[in-house]
Amino acid sequence: MVYGPHTPDDRSRMLDALGIGSVDELFDVIPPAVRAGPMHLPPGLTELDLMARLRTLSGHNRVDLASFLGAGIYRHHIPPVVDQILLRGEFYTAYTPYQPEISQGTLQTIYEYQSLLAELTGLGVVSASHYDGATATAEAALMTCRATRRERVLVSRGVHPQSRQTLATYFAGTNLTFDEVPLVHEGPAAGTTDLAALGRLLDDPERPVAGVVAAQPNVLGLLEPMGQIGQLAHAAGALFVAVVEPVSLAVLAPPAAYEADIAAGEGQPLGIPPQYGGPYLGILACRDPLIRQIPGRLIGMTSDADGRRAYVMTMRAREQDIRREKAASNICTNQALCALAAAVYVAALGPGGLRDVAATGAARATELAAALADAGAPRLHPGPYLNEFAIRVPDAVAVHRRLLHRGILAGIPLAELEPGVPALADGLLVCATECTTAEEIELFAWALRDELGSRPGVPAGAIGEGSR
Amino acid sequence: MSVTGPKLQPTLFELSGPGRAAGRRIPQPPADALDRLPADALRATLPALPEIDEASLVRHYVNLSQLNWGVDTGFYPLGSCTMKYNPKVNEWAARLPGFAGLHPFAPDETAQGTLELLWELERDLAEISGMDAVTLQPAAGAQGELTGILLVRAYHRARGDPERTEILIPDSAHGTNPATASMAGFRTVNISSAPDGGVDLEAFRAALGPRTAAIMITNPSTLGLFERHIVELLEMVHAAGALAYMDGANLNAILGRFRPGAAGFDVMHFNVHKTFATPHGGGGPGAGPVGVRRPLVPFLPAPLVLREPDGTFRLERPGERPSSIGRMRGHVGNVGILVRAWAYIRAHGADGLREVSDDAVLAANYLRGRLEADGAFEIPFAGPCAHEFIASGAGLKRATGVRTLDVAKRLIDKGYHPPTIYFPHTVDEAMLIEPTETERLETLDAFADALLEIAREAHETPELVTSAPHSAPVRRLDEATAARQPNLRWLPADPAEPSRAG
Amino acid sequence: MIPSDLHYTKEHEWVRVEGGVATVGITQHAADQLGDIVFVELPEPGRKLEQFATFGVVESVKAVSDLFAPVAGEVLEGNPGLATTPEVVNSDPYGAGWMLRIRLSDPAQVGQLLDPAAYEALTAEG
Repeated sequence: MVYGPHTPDDRSRMLDALGIGSVDELFDVIPPAVRAGPMHLPPGLTELDLMARLRTLSGHNRVDLASFLGAGIYRHHIPPVVDQILLRGEFYTAYTPYQPEISQGTLQTIYEYQSLLAELTGLGVVSASHYDGATATAEAALMTCRATRRERVLVSRGVHPQSRQTLATYFAGTNLTFDEVPLVHEGPAAGTTDLAALGRLLDDPERPVAGVVAAQPNVLGLLEPMGQIGQLAHAAGALFVAVVEPVSLAVLAPPAAYEADIAAGEGQPLGIPPQYGGPYLGILACRDPLIRQIPGRLIGMTSDADGRRAYVMTMRAREQDIRREKAASNICTNQALCALAAAVYVAALGPGGLRDVAATGAARATELAAALADAGAPRLHPGPYLNEFAIRVPDAVAVHRRLLHRGILAGIPLAELEPGVPALADGLLVCATECTTAEEIELFAWALRDELGSRPGVPAGAIGEGSR
Repeated sequence: MSVTGPKLQPTLFELSGPGRAAGRRIPQPPADALDRLPADALRATLPALPEIDEASLVRHYVNLSQLNWGVDTGFYPLGSCTMKYNPKVNEWAARLPGFAGLHPFAPDETAQGTLELLWELERDLAEISGMDAVTLQPAAGAQGELTGILLVRAYHRARGDPERTEILIPDSAHGTNPATASMAGFRTVNISSAPDGGVDLEAFRAALGPRTAAIMITNPSTLGLFERHIVELLEMVHAAGALAYMDGANLNAILGRFRPGAAGFDVMHFNVHKTFATPHGGGGPGAGPVGVRRPLVPFLPAPLVLREPDGTFRLERPGERPSSIGRMRGHVGNVGILVRAWAYIRAHGADGLREVSDDAVLAANYLRGRLEADGAFEIPFAGPCAHEFIASGAGLKRATGVRTLDVAKRLIDKGYHPPTIYFPHTVDEAMLIEPTETERLETLDAFADALLEIAREAHETPELVTSAPHSAPVRRLDEATAARQPNLRWLPADPAEPSRAG
Repeated sequence: MIPSDLHYTKEHEWVRVEGGVATVGITQHAADQLGDIVFVELPEPGRKLEQFATFGVVESVKAVSDLFAPVAGEVLEGNPGLATTPEVVNSDPYGAGWMLRIRLSDPAQVGQLLDPAAYEALTAEG
């Protein structure tokens, strides 16, 4: 057996104790008509061959490119101490802490995670994690409907398209609806939520709004007028959901400052590698009065029979195993180990360190924007940004491909991020972090200048072998 | 005073002190880095996060870890959770820089390794389950359930049959099943189980009708029993025009023995953090891929992974499969977890996986036999069981007043993580025990001995059991106060000194 | 012993009627089954309730139960003390642990409920 300890002798002893001759008898209950034939899978590999195959496969991924790609998932320096702690078997091989007496490790680390995110967001109730930013955003929208008993949500188009798509899926089985709030097309507020349009959408007495959802920074990297959005929402009796990027919360005004009721977001930037899609970390937080509406686990501090401080999963009656069909959400398994990663990361950096990560990214982004503008690709929007922004590049998809062949991952074409929007066809969304080097910026700017000056056409050859 | 008292830890905030955080992780930004941002968009003050030197940080977490029990610590017979050993090569695999460092928006041509792995995994899971296609997108079993039921919804609507508003679910089902039905807009119709623990076919027959969209069945059931009437049940469901969903949480019992899709299930989810040994992480992350038969393929979440004729791999493009129900979450899935599942399947092959189920079922039956022979705990359902079994402490409670909860807490003193207790709700004082295939025979025997010893203690010295645990880092907790006066975040006692203990 | 001056429901609620006002709570039996009660969700004053419709939820550490109106009427008030000390439902379910006051719309409905003996018999079986 591959990972198990049973020898033929062990099996014989168990069979003898059961008074049967073969393990097949234990499967006699399966009706003959549905007994399986052999599965056609590749034969089992030795550990040596398995590791060789994995090295080969992972070697087929190109992670050596000069990358300016963000769009919600960011390359950050992850202190090795994070992974060292995640590798402790007592943490990663433990189950959900249903037996708190022997799970104080998990329970306290998640309580600390909740506390750290409460400090970052300014909102007192933080779920022990949701799946990712997109599902957390969808659940936040559902929360606004439950809390207000209204059935309509407004979502800014500044919220990540994948989050909006996920929200649409989660709304599909319900009688709830949502409308998208357009972005301003031109002028100083171009690329941010159109407040006049928001006002008009809110002003429908037949269809009162449960919640307004906007992102800070938004998917185009721009800073939104969150205070004004919140005011409009509250004036109409709606709740305000802020979708936030957690590293930015070290420098940007947090959701509590602009009176958001709920915060959602993608926690990947907090010490979790990109991994091509997950596992990530759904951040979900709310003001205290909404505590009974928030899905997912909550860890609380209490005391044991001897008066010791201890931690326990609390307010469990809201969850699926007790509430069943009346549960707010069906979530069971969450992203606990990723929440641990985030907590260790934040603790390893400290407030000044986290601020430095955000500020260094901003500084690099300033350099990047200048270099790219100089190369002929100015920013698409004039408004303030933190570390991500869109640049104007004619025929952006083709240019992106040609830059790829020069070894540069030039962000993401807006046309791919949000297909079907002609206004975005000539844009690339790029970002910088503390990992972005001056050399990479120089390479990108040089190559882009070359591309914008040269004729179109995709060069032959492998990625990164394009002429310099 | 207590055995592990010194290990109980202050919080990060109490360990904090001004200036203690590690100084040189990244270069200092220029002082004017944020000057171009409007002042009203910025924080007024730094967040009051803890400042801790790395050595103290490490000690904090190492000591906390030692308050925790994992599969790596000892036997963890949690029924319905499949707490099998988590192979370390899988941790190595997921951390390979080529996998870990790949951005999810990376162009297909730069992601060929991961795409190939995911494509193979889709096919492996389809082969294992007898399904025609698999989506790897769902982040957990519950999300897989929601995906599956939304597929059911899309299927019926596409057929012009939107009046199917009910889902039939046995009362022994995991709570996620009815919760999922509600999230997807369906009404749950609870069906009582038969006295032998199986589905009550007549109850299902009576409830099936033109309003039935689907049934959700766990097979083997949450009682650890293979559904002997599965063929009739599936025929009945399809005859009523409904679909059959299988909750695949208990797949560890049937690898190589029963393929749900081939048998007639239309849709199912997998829990890779159960059957395929990806670690539980203290509550997650896992992944909940969903397999479907051909009629549901058009509706699967997008994107799927495709292989081109030239052997390269790519993601489906937006709009390429217009009937898709859309996206369940960001990106393609919990890929880091899926890498581990792929490696587990490759390490085993078909023979190895079948042997996993053989050994899991054998171990469960052996342990069940040990307890049944003694009689201290009732074994309410006739054997053989699948990979887990129910024992009941109802008789013990009647005789001694000691409840299953107390027995569970006393097991901690004996050095074992308790089994699942009070689930399913249909059995009084239930313990659901799942040893898995990765435990030694000596461990199974020692566990049986410990349980039976506790039963004797319940008669002779019941207070020892009802006040257990005695040797865990903490005693029983005041859960009532925790729920009445929730304290969900650290707050310093004196707001003027945010770094000080509260 | 259960109070003899109250009426009861199959769902383990009790009712005390004085004038046109019904006071409603849950029985000791129900409170014991639930365990330590941590939260009670009650309707706003002014809400109109049908007989046997759900009017709220009672939550314990490990369980949750709907609350059903024994009689129809308009909600006058919920017990404000339950927000801070829900545990009084466990310790004094017929007194300080009262949950709701309703202005009766149909006093005859009280006659459809269980008398103390009938409720005792019900809980003896269960």
